[in-house]
Amino acid sequence: MRILPNGDAALLVELPGLDEMLGLYAALAAAPPPGVVDLVPAARTVTLLLDPGADRAAITTAVRAARGRPSGAASAGTIEIPVVYDGEDLHDVAELTGRTPDDVISAHVTTPWRVAFTGFAPGFGYLIGGDLNVPRRRTPRVRVPAGSVALAGEFTGVYPVDSPGGWQLIGRTNAVLWDLDRDPPALLRPGTQVRFVSA
Amino acid sequence: MTLEVIAPGPFTTIQDLGRPGHAALGVGASGAADPAALRLANRALGNPASSAALEVTLGGLTLHSHIAVYAVVTGAPASIAVNGRTEPPYAPFFIPKGAAITLAAPPTGLRSYLAVRGGIETPPVLGSRSTDTLARLGTPLTPGMILPVGPPPATSLSVDVLPVPPPPAGDLHLRVLPGPRADWFTEDALRTLLSEPYEVTTQIDRVGMRLTGPPLARARTDELPSEGMVTGALQVPPSGTPVLFLADHPLTGGYPVIAVVETPDIGRAAQARPGQRVRFHT
Repeated sequence: MRILPNGDAALLVELPGLDEMLGLYAALAAAPPPGVVDLVPAARTVTLLLDPGADRAAITTAVRAARGRPSGAASAGTIEIPVVYDGEDLHDVAELTGRTPDDVISAHVTTPWRVAFTGFAPGFGYLIGGDLNVPRRRTPRVRVPAGSVALAGEFTGVYPVDSPGGWQLIGRTNAVLWDLDRDPPALLRPGTQVRFVSA
Repeated sequence: MTLEVIAPGPFTTIQDLGRPGHAALGVGASGAADPAALRLANRALGNPASSAALEVTLGGLTLHSHIAVYAVVTGAPASIAVNGRTEPPYAPFFIPKGAAITLAAPPTGLRSYLAVRGGIETPPVLGSRSTDTLARLGTPLTPGMILPVGPPPATSLSVDVLPVPPPPAGDLHLRVLPGPRADWFTEDALRTLLSEPYEVTTQIDRVGMRLTGPPLARARTDELPSEGMVTGALQVPPSGTPVLFLADHPLTGGYPVIAVVETPDIGRAAQARPGQRVRFHT
Protein backbone atom coordinates (compact mmCIF):
# COMPACT_ATOMS: atom_id res chain seq x y z
CA MET A 1 0.00 0.00 0.00
CA ARG A 2 1.21 3.51 -0.87
CA ILE A 3 -0.36 6.72 0.44
CA LEU A 4 0.20 9.61 -1.96
CA PRO A 5 -0.67 13.26 -1.37
CA ASN A 6 -3.35 14.41 -3.84
CA GLY A 7 -3.18 18.18 -3.50
CA ASP A 8 -3.71 19.76 -0.08
CA ALA A 9 -7.19 18.34 0.51
CA ALA A 10 -6.98 14.65 -0.40
CA LEU A 11 -4.93 11.49 -0.03
CA LEU A 12 -4.68 8.79 -2.70
CA VAL A 13 -4.28 5.32 -1.22
CA GLU A 14 -2.91 2.83 -3.72
CA LEU A 15 -3.56 -0.87 -3.16
CA PRO A 16 -2.38 -4.03 -4.90
CA GLY A 17 -5.79 -4.86 -6.36
CA LEU A 18 -9.56 -4.70 -6.23
CA ASP A 19 -9.97 -7.04 -3.23
CA GLU A 20 -7.61 -5.00 -1.08
CA MET A 21 -9.35 -1.82 -2.23
CA LEU A 22 -12.76 -3.23 -1.25
CA GLY A 23 -11.41 -4.29 2.15
CA LEU A 24 -9.94 -0.88 2.93
CA TYR A 25 -12.99 0.95 1.59
CA ALA A 26 -15.34 -1.12 3.78
CA ALA A 27 -13.18 -0.53 6.86
CA LEU A 28 -12.91 3.24 6.28
CA ALA A 29 -16.59 3.63 5.34
CA ALA A 30 -17.62 1.83 8.55
CA ALA A 31 -15.47 4.15 10.69
CA PRO A 32 -14.21 7.21 8.79
CA PRO A 33 -11.23 8.85 10.51
CA PRO A 34 -12.01 12.39 11.78
CA GLY A 35 -11.46 14.97 9.04
CA VAL A 36 -12.39 12.63 6.17
CA VAL A 37 -15.29 14.19 4.24
CA ASP A 38 -15.78 11.48 1.64
CA LEU A 39 -14.25 8.33 0.17
CA VAL A 40 -13.92 7.74 -3.57
CA PRO A 41 -13.28 4.06 -4.29
CA ALA A 42 -11.87 3.09 -7.70
CA ALA A 43 -10.26 0.05 -9.32
CA ARG A 44 -7.05 -0.01 -7.25
CA THR A 45 -7.28 3.09 -5.11
CA VAL A 46 -9.31 4.80 -2.43
CA THR A 47 -9.22 8.61 -2.47
CA LEU A 48 -9.85 10.28 0.87
CA LEU A 49 -11.30 13.80 0.56
CA LEU A 50 -10.31 15.84 3.60
CA ASP A 51 -11.53 18.83 5.59
CA PRO A 52 -9.19 21.83 5.34
CA GLY A 53 -8.04 21.38 8.93
CA ALA A 54 -7.72 17.57 8.82
CA ASP A 55 -4.80 15.96 10.65
CA ARG A 56 -3.11 14.17 7.74
CA ALA A 57 -0.63 12.32 9.94
CA ALA A 58 -3.41 10.90 12.13
CA ILE A 59 -5.45 9.95 9.05
CA THR A 60 -2.43 8.20 7.49
CA THR A 61 -1.98 6.21 10.71
CA ALA A 62 -5.70 5.33 10.73
CA VAL A 63 -5.53 4.14 7.10
CA ARG A 64 -2.56 1.89 7.87
CA ALA A 65 -4.39 0.45 10.88
CA ALA A 66 -7.61 -0.08 8.88
CA ARG A 67 -5.61 -1.87 6.18
CA GLY A 68 -4.47 -4.44 8.76
CA ARG A 69 -7.98 -5.15 9.98
CA PRO A 70 -10.07 -7.90 8.40
CA SER A 71 -12.71 -6.09 6.37
CA GLY A 72 -15.78 -8.29 6.74
CA ALA A 73 -16.81 -6.37 3.58
CA ALA A 74 -20.35 -5.42 4.58
CA SER A 75 -23.03 -6.27 2.04
CA ALA A 76 -25.44 -3.54 1.04
CA GLY A 77 -28.18 -6.07 0.24
CA THR A 78 -29.05 -8.15 -2.82
CA ILE A 79 -31.20 -6.97 -5.70
CA GLU A 80 -32.49 -8.58 -8.90
CA ILE A 81 -32.37 -6.69 -12.18
CA PRO A 82 -34.56 -8.00 -15.03
CA VAL A 83 -32.84 -7.75 -18.41
CA VAL A 84 -33.96 -8.18 -22.00
CA TYR A 85 -30.79 -9.48 -23.64
CA ASP A 86 -31.03 -7.90 -27.09
CA GLY A 87 -28.11 -5.47 -26.93
CA GLU A 88 -26.53 -4.20 -30.15
CA ASP A 89 -23.11 -5.55 -29.14
CA LEU A 90 -24.21 -8.99 -27.92
CA HIS A 91 -22.80 -10.72 -31.03
CA ASP A 92 -19.52 -8.75 -30.82
CA VAL A 93 -19.19 -9.76 -27.17
CA ALA A 94 -19.83 -13.39 -28.11
CA GLU A 95 -17.12 -13.21 -30.75
CA LEU A 96 -14.67 -11.43 -28.44
CA THR A 97 -15.14 -14.04 -25.70
CA GLY A 98 -15.30 -17.07 -27.99
CA ARG A 99 -18.82 -18.02 -26.87
CA THR A 100 -22.28 -18.14 -28.35
CA PRO A 101 -24.65 -15.26 -27.53
CA ASP A 102 -26.66 -17.68 -25.36
CA ASP A 103 -23.51 -18.56 -23.41
CA VAL A 104 -22.81 -14.86 -22.85
CA ILE A 105 -26.34 -14.41 -21.47
CA SER A 106 -26.03 -17.51 -19.34
CA ALA A 107 -22.71 -16.29 -17.91
CA HIS A 108 -24.24 -12.88 -17.16
CA VAL A 109 -27.31 -14.27 -15.33
CA THR A 110 -25.46 -16.95 -13.34
CA THR A 111 -22.72 -14.63 -12.05
CA PRO A 112 -23.20 -13.31 -8.51
CA TRP A 113 -22.23 -9.70 -9.27
CA ARG A 114 -21.25 -7.15 -6.68
CA VAL A 115 -20.85 -3.37 -6.91
CA ALA A 116 -17.16 -2.64 -6.43
CA PHE A 117 -17.35 1.13 -6.79
CA THR A 118 -19.40 3.92 -8.35
CA GLY A 119 -18.64 6.92 -10.48
CA PHE A 120 -18.92 8.05 -14.12
CA ALA A 121 -22.51 9.19 -13.50
CA PRO A 122 -24.90 9.34 -10.54
CA GLY A 123 -26.13 5.83 -9.85
CA PHE A 124 -23.59 4.09 -12.10
CA GLY A 125 -21.99 1.08 -10.39
CA TYR A 126 -19.00 -0.94 -11.57
CA LEU A 127 -20.01 -4.58 -10.93
CA ILE A 128 -17.43 -7.33 -10.49
CA GLY A 129 -17.43 -11.08 -10.16
CA GLY A 130 -17.80 -12.26 -13.76
CA ASP A 131 -15.36 -13.66 -16.30
CA LEU A 132 -16.65 -11.86 -19.41
CA ASN A 133 -13.64 -9.69 -20.14
CA VAL A 134 -14.10 -7.45 -23.19
CA PRO A 135 -12.49 -4.19 -24.33
CA ARG A 136 -14.44 -0.97 -24.66
CA ARG A 137 -15.75 -0.14 -28.11
CA ARG A 138 -13.14 1.59 -30.22
CA THR A 139 -15.58 4.43 -30.97
CA PRO A 140 -17.83 5.38 -28.06
CA ARG A 141 -21.52 5.95 -28.76
CA VAL A 142 -22.72 9.55 -28.51
CA ARG A 143 -25.88 8.38 -26.75
CA VAL A 144 -26.46 5.21 -24.81
CA PRO A 145 -30.08 4.94 -23.58
CA ALA A 146 -30.82 4.76 -19.86
CA GLY A 147 -31.24 1.15 -18.70
CA SER A 148 -28.66 -0.24 -21.13
CA VAL A 149 -26.82 -3.21 -19.61
CA ALA A 150 -23.21 -3.26 -20.73
CA LEU A 151 -19.77 -4.79 -20.34
CA ALA A 152 -16.24 -3.33 -20.36
CA GLY A 153 -13.03 -4.82 -19.01
CA GLU A 154 -13.89 -7.12 -16.12
CA PHE A 155 -16.95 -4.99 -15.24
CA THR A 156 -20.63 -4.97 -16.02
CA GLY A 157 -22.85 -1.95 -15.44
CA VAL A 158 -26.20 -0.34 -16.19
CA TYR A 159 -26.46 3.20 -17.61
CA PRO A 160 -28.64 5.17 -15.13
CA VAL A 161 -29.42 8.02 -17.56
CA ASP A 162 -28.99 8.64 -21.28
CA SER A 163 -25.33 9.48 -21.76
CA PRO A 164 -22.38 9.00 -24.10
CA GLY A 165 -20.62 5.68 -23.50
CA GLY A 166 -18.07 3.22 -24.82
CA TRP A 167 -19.19 0.00 -23.13
CA GLN A 168 -20.44 -3.04 -25.07
CA LEU A 169 -24.24 -3.19 -24.89
CA ILE A 170 -25.72 -6.63 -24.24
CA GLY A 171 -29.24 -5.81 -23.05
CA ARG A 172 -31.63 -3.40 -21.39
CA THR A 173 -33.59 -3.18 -18.15
CA ASN A 174 -36.54 -1.11 -16.98
CA ALA A 175 -35.10 -1.02 -13.46
CA VAL A 176 -34.69 2.58 -12.32
CA LEU A 177 -31.05 3.03 -11.35
CA TRP A 178 -31.28 6.68 -10.29
CA ASP A 179 -34.32 8.37 -8.76
CA LEU A 180 -33.97 11.55 -6.73
CA ASP A 181 -37.37 10.92 -5.12
CA ARG A 182 -36.05 7.69 -3.63
CA ASP A 183 -33.84 7.46 -0.53
CA PRO A 184 -31.13 6.64 -1.37
CA PRO A 185 -31.51 7.73 -5.01
CA ALA A 186 -28.99 5.16 -6.29
CA LEU A 187 -30.16 1.54 -6.64
CA LEU A 188 -26.53 0.35 -6.72
CA ARG A 189 -24.08 1.30 -4.00
CA PRO A 190 -20.63 -0.10 -3.19
CA GLY A 191 -21.17 -3.59 -1.77
CA THR A 192 -24.64 -4.17 -3.30
CA GLN A 193 -25.00 -7.77 -4.61
CA VAL A 194 -26.74 -8.04 -7.95
CA ARG A 195 -28.40 -10.90 -9.84
CA PHE A 196 -29.40 -10.26 -13.45
CA VAL A 197 -32.52 -12.17 -14.52
CA SER A 198 -33.44 -12.81 -18.16
CA ALA A 199 -36.82 -11.13 -18.66
CA MET B 1 -40.45 36.58 -1.12
CA THR B 2 -39.20 35.82 -4.62
CA LEU B 3 -37.00 36.98 -7.43
CA GLU B 4 -38.11 36.40 -11.01
CA VAL B 5 -35.66 35.65 -13.80
CA ILE B 6 -36.25 37.94 -16.78
CA ALA B 7 -33.04 37.01 -18.65
CA PRO B 8 -30.41 34.56 -17.34
CA GLY B 9 -27.47 35.92 -19.38
CA PRO B 10 -25.02 33.48 -21.01
CA PHE B 11 -25.02 31.04 -18.08
CA THR B 12 -26.28 31.44 -14.53
CA THR B 13 -26.71 28.74 -11.88
CA ILE B 14 -27.67 28.57 -8.22
CA GLN B 15 -24.67 27.63 -6.07
CA ASP B 16 -23.89 27.09 -2.41
CA LEU B 17 -20.93 25.28 -0.89
CA GLY B 18 -21.96 22.01 -2.55
CA ARG B 19 -22.83 18.50 -1.41
CA PRO B 20 -19.69 16.67 -0.25
CA GLY B 21 -20.13 13.11 1.02
CA HIS B 22 -22.09 11.46 -1.80
CA ALA B 23 -19.35 9.69 -3.74
CA ALA B 24 -21.02 6.33 -2.94
CA LEU B 25 -23.97 7.52 -5.06
CA GLY B 26 -21.67 8.63 -7.85
CA VAL B 27 -22.26 12.31 -7.06
CA GLY B 28 -19.47 14.84 -6.55
CA ALA B 29 -19.38 17.89 -4.29
CA SER B 30 -20.05 20.58 -6.93
CA GLY B 31 -20.74 24.01 -5.33
CA ALA B 32 -19.53 27.51 -6.21
CA ALA B 33 -16.61 27.48 -8.66
CA ASP B 34 -15.07 30.35 -6.65
CA PRO B 35 -16.05 29.37 -3.09
CA ALA B 36 -14.12 32.26 -1.50
CA ALA B 37 -16.21 34.78 -3.46
CA LEU B 38 -19.46 33.11 -2.37
CA ARG B 39 -18.36 33.01 1.28
CA LEU B 40 -17.45 36.69 1.11
CA ALA B 41 -20.87 37.59 -0.31
CA ASN B 42 -22.70 35.67 2.41
CA ARG B 43 -20.50 37.18 5.14
CA ALA B 44 -21.20 40.69 3.88
CA LEU B 45 -24.96 40.09 4.06
CA GLY B 46 -24.93 38.35 7.45
CA ASN B 47 -26.04 35.08 5.79
CA PRO B 48 -24.87 31.66 6.98
CA ALA B 49 -21.85 30.48 4.94
CA SER B 50 -24.01 27.73 3.43
CA SER B 51 -26.57 30.12 1.87
CA ALA B 52 -27.12 29.80 -1.88
CA ALA B 53 -26.51 32.62 -4.35
CA LEU B 54 -26.41 33.07 -8.12
CA GLU B 55 -23.21 32.26 -10.00
CA VAL B 56 -23.41 34.52 -13.05
CA THR B 57 -21.02 33.83 -15.93
CA LEU B 58 -20.07 37.02 -17.79
CA GLY B 59 -23.02 39.10 -16.59
CA GLY B 60 -26.16 39.56 -18.61
CA LEU B 61 -28.53 38.52 -15.81
CA THR B 62 -31.77 40.50 -15.39
CA LEU B 63 -34.10 39.88 -12.45
CA HIS B 64 -37.37 41.39 -11.30
CA SER B 65 -37.53 41.59 -7.52
CA HIS B 66 -40.85 40.89 -5.84
CA ILE B 67 -39.32 41.83 -2.47
CA ALA B 68 -37.27 44.57 -0.89
CA VAL B 69 -33.93 43.00 -0.07
CA TYR B 70 -30.23 43.73 0.43
CA ALA B 71 -27.81 42.18 -2.04
CA VAL B 72 -24.12 42.15 -2.97
CA VAL B 73 -21.96 41.13 -5.93
CA THR B 74 -18.56 39.47 -5.40
CA GLY B 75 -16.17 37.49 -7.61
CA ALA B 76 -15.91 38.93 -11.13
CA PRO B 77 -16.63 42.65 -10.43
CA ALA B 78 -19.82 43.21 -12.42
CA SER B 79 -21.62 46.48 -11.76
CA ILE B 80 -25.34 46.29 -11.13
CA ALA B 81 -28.12 48.48 -12.46
CA VAL B 82 -31.00 48.78 -9.97
CA ASN B 83 -33.89 50.52 -11.69
CA GLY B 84 -31.26 52.17 -13.89
CA ARG B 85 -29.09 53.39 -10.98
CA THR B 86 -25.62 51.80 -11.02
CA GLU B 87 -24.28 50.10 -7.90
CA PRO B 88 -20.65 48.99 -7.64
CA PRO B 89 -19.65 45.40 -6.86
CA TYR B 90 -18.12 44.43 -3.49
CA ALA B 91 -20.51 46.61 -1.46
CA PRO B 92 -23.99 45.64 -0.18
CA PHE B 93 -26.82 47.58 -1.83
CA PHE B 94 -30.58 47.79 -1.46
CA ILE B 95 -33.08 46.44 -4.00
CA PRO B 96 -36.54 48.02 -3.59
CA LYS B 97 -39.63 45.89 -4.12
CA GLY B 98 -40.57 45.78 -7.80
CA ALA B 99 -37.11 46.77 -9.00
CA ALA B 100 -35.46 45.49 -12.15
CA ILE B 101 -31.80 44.58 -11.62
CA THR B 102 -29.26 43.83 -14.33
CA LEU B 103 -25.67 42.65 -14.04
CA ALA B 104 -23.22 44.14 -16.54
CA ALA B 105 -20.41 42.03 -18.00
CA PRO B 106 -17.46 42.19 -15.57
CA PRO B 107 -14.21 43.84 -16.77
CA THR B 108 -12.13 40.96 -15.38
CA GLY B 109 -12.87 37.47 -14.15
CA LEU B 110 -15.56 35.10 -15.34
CA ARG B 111 -18.00 34.38 -12.54
CA SER B 112 -19.85 36.95 -10.41
CA TYR B 113 -21.81 35.97 -7.32
CA LEU B 114 -25.06 37.82 -6.74
CA ALA B 115 -26.20 37.03 -3.20
CA VAL B 116 -29.31 38.32 -1.44
CA ARG B 117 -29.89 38.60 2.30
CA GLY B 118 -31.75 35.44 3.33
CA GLY B 119 -30.24 33.41 0.49
CA ILE B 120 -31.88 31.69 -2.48
CA GLU B 121 -34.07 28.95 -1.01
CA THR B 122 -34.92 26.54 -3.81
CA PRO B 123 -35.53 22.98 -2.55
CA PRO B 124 -32.17 21.34 -1.83
CA VAL B 125 -31.18 18.11 -3.60
CA LEU B 126 -28.99 15.76 -1.53
CA GLY B 127 -28.43 18.54 0.98
CA SER B 128 -27.43 21.28 -1.45
CA ARG B 129 -29.02 23.79 -3.83
CA SER B 130 -26.02 23.72 -6.17
CA THR B 131 -26.48 22.92 -9.83
CA ASP B 132 -24.07 20.13 -10.76
CA THR B 133 -23.78 20.31 -14.54
CA LEU B 134 -22.02 16.94 -14.80
CA ALA B 135 -24.35 14.96 -12.51
CA ARG B 136 -27.32 16.91 -13.91
CA LEU B 137 -28.64 17.97 -10.52
CA GLY B 138 -30.48 21.27 -10.70
CA THR B 139 -30.86 23.34 -13.86
CA PRO B 140 -29.32 26.60 -15.05
CA LEU B 141 -31.57 29.65 -14.79
CA THR B 142 -34.12 30.14 -17.56
CA PRO B 143 -36.44 33.11 -18.26
CA GLY B 144 -39.52 33.10 -16.03
CA MET B 145 -37.97 31.00 -13.26
CA ILE B 146 -39.11 32.04 -9.77
CA LEU B 147 -36.41 32.02 -7.09
CA PRO B 148 -37.64 31.88 -3.48
CA VAL B 149 -35.67 34.03 -1.00
CA GLY B 150 -35.29 32.98 2.63
CA PRO B 151 -36.12 35.16 5.66
CA PRO B 152 -33.39 37.63 6.64
CA PRO B 153 -30.91 36.18 9.15
CA ALA B 154 -30.59 37.51 12.72
CA THR B 155 -27.00 38.55 12.05
CA SER B 156 -26.72 42.15 10.94
CA LEU B 157 -25.63 43.39 7.56
CA SER B 158 -22.08 44.58 7.02
CA VAL B 159 -22.30 47.94 5.27
CA ASP B 160 -18.60 48.17 4.53
CA VAL B 161 -17.01 48.00 1.13
CA LEU B 162 -15.34 44.60 0.90
CA PRO B 163 -11.56 45.04 0.77
CA VAL B 164 -10.69 42.37 -1.77
CA PRO B 165 -8.75 42.59 -5.02
CA PRO B 166 -10.80 41.73 -8.13
CA PRO B 167 -9.60 38.83 -10.36
CA PRO B 168 -6.53 40.03 -12.29
CA ALA B 169 -6.60 40.74 -16.02
CA GLY B 170 -2.96 39.72 -16.61
CA ASP B 171 -1.06 36.53 -15.91
CA LEU B 172 -2.58 34.33 -13.25
CA HIS B 173 -0.20 32.81 -10.70
CA LEU B 174 -1.40 29.58 -9.13
CA ARG B 175 0.36 27.49 -6.49
CA VAL B 176 0.40 23.74 -7.08
CA LEU B 177 1.50 20.62 -5.24
CA PRO B 178 3.15 18.07 -7.55
CA GLY B 179 1.56 14.62 -7.70
CA PRO B 180 -0.10 12.28 -7.16
CA ARG B 181 1.13 10.96 -10.54
CA ALA B 182 4.07 13.29 -11.27
CA ASP B 183 6.21 10.13 -11.56
CA TRP B 184 4.21 9.10 -14.64
CA PHE B 185 5.83 12.02 -16.46
CA THR B 186 9.40 12.82 -17.47
CA GLU B 187 11.36 15.07 -15.09
CA ASP B 188 11.31 17.67 -17.84
CA ALA B 189 7.52 17.66 -17.82
CA LEU B 190 7.20 18.93 -14.24
CA ARG B 191 9.96 21.49 -14.87
CA THR B 192 8.06 22.66 -17.97
CA LEU B 193 4.78 22.94 -16.07
CA LEU B 194 6.47 25.05 -13.39
CA SER B 195 8.37 27.35 -15.74
CA GLU B 196 6.38 27.82 -18.96
CA PRO B 197 3.14 29.78 -19.27
CA TYR B 198 -0.08 27.97 -20.22
CA GLU B 199 -2.97 29.67 -21.92
CA VAL B 200 -6.64 29.19 -21.08
CA THR B 201 -8.58 27.98 -24.13
CA THR B 202 -12.24 28.64 -24.90
CA GLN B 203 -13.07 25.18 -23.56
CA ILE B 204 -14.16 26.28 -20.10
CA ASP B 205 -17.14 25.18 -18.10
CA ARG B 206 -17.89 24.25 -14.51
CA VAL B 207 -16.28 20.82 -15.04
CA GLY B 208 -12.90 22.24 -15.93
CA MET B 209 -10.79 24.29 -18.26
CA ARG B 210 -8.54 23.06 -21.02
CA LEU B 211 -5.14 24.73 -21.21
CA THR B 212 -2.74 25.00 -24.12
CA GLY B 213 1.04 25.21 -23.91
CA PRO B 214 4.12 22.99 -24.11
CA PRO B 215 3.01 19.34 -23.97
CA LEU B 216 3.91 17.37 -20.86
CA ALA B 217 5.67 14.14 -21.88
CA ARG B 218 4.82 10.88 -20.18
CA ALA B 219 7.52 8.60 -18.78
CA ARG B 220 5.01 5.73 -18.57
CA THR B 221 2.65 4.97 -21.40
CA ASP B 222 0.59 2.17 -19.81
CA GLU B 223 -3.03 2.82 -18.94
CA LEU B 224 -3.81 4.23 -15.49
CA PRO B 225 -6.77 2.47 -13.87
CA SER B 226 -9.43 5.12 -13.13
CA GLU B 227 -8.88 6.79 -9.77
CA GLY B 228 -10.43 9.54 -7.66
CA MET B 229 -10.09 13.10 -9.00
CA VAL B 230 -10.08 16.30 -6.96
CA THR B 231 -10.93 19.96 -7.64
CA GLY B 232 -7.78 21.68 -8.85
CA ALA B 233 -6.28 18.52 -10.41
CA LEU B 234 -4.18 19.08 -13.53
CA GLN B 235 -5.09 15.96 -15.47
CA VAL B 236 -3.04 15.25 -18.56
CA PRO B 237 -4.80 13.44 -21.45
CA PRO B 238 -2.81 11.86 -24.32
CA SER B 239 -2.52 15.26 -26.07
CA GLY B 240 -0.09 16.26 -23.30
CA THR B 241 -1.77 19.57 -22.44
CA PRO B 242 -3.48 19.70 -19.07
CA VAL B 243 -7.10 20.10 -18.06
CA LEU B 244 -7.68 21.91 -14.76
CA PHE B 245 -10.63 20.39 -12.94
CA LEU B 246 -13.18 22.72 -11.33
CA ALA B 247 -16.24 22.21 -9.10
CA ASP B 248 -18.25 19.80 -11.31
CA HIS B 249 -15.28 17.54 -12.19
CA PRO B 250 -15.89 13.79 -12.60
CA LEU B 251 -15.39 11.74 -9.43
CA THR B 252 -12.90 9.46 -11.16
CA GLY B 253 -10.67 9.73 -14.19
CA GLY B 254 -8.25 7.55 -16.11
CA TYR B 255 -5.51 10.04 -17.05
CA PRO B 256 -2.63 10.82 -14.67
CA VAL B 257 -2.64 14.01 -12.58
CA ILE B 258 0.75 15.74 -12.63
CA ALA B 259 -0.04 18.36 -9.97
CA VAL B 260 -2.96 19.85 -8.03
CA VAL B 261 -3.75 23.56 -7.54
CA GLU B 262 -3.76 24.46 -3.85
CA THR B 263 -7.23 24.95 -2.35
CA PRO B 264 -6.88 28.70 -1.59
CA ASP B 265 -6.05 29.34 -5.30
CA ILE B 266 -8.89 27.32 -6.87
CA GLY B 267 -11.32 30.25 -6.87
CA ARG B 268 -8.83 32.42 -8.73
CA ALA B 269 -8.30 29.60 -11.25
CA ALA B 270 -12.08 29.46 -11.80
CA GLN B 271 -12.05 33.19 -12.67
CA ALA B 272 -9.60 32.75 -15.59
CA ARG B 273 -10.80 33.83 -19.00
CA PRO B 274 -10.03 32.36 -22.43
CA GLY B 275 -6.70 33.74 -23.65
CA GLN B 276 -5.44 34.52 -20.15
CA ARG B 277 -2.04 33.08 -19.24
CA VAL B 278 -1.52 30.88 -16.20
CA ARG B 279 1.78 30.32 -14.43
CA PHE B 280 2.14 27.45 -12.00
CA HIS B 281 4.44 27.61 -8.97
CA THR B 282 5.24 25.28 -6.13
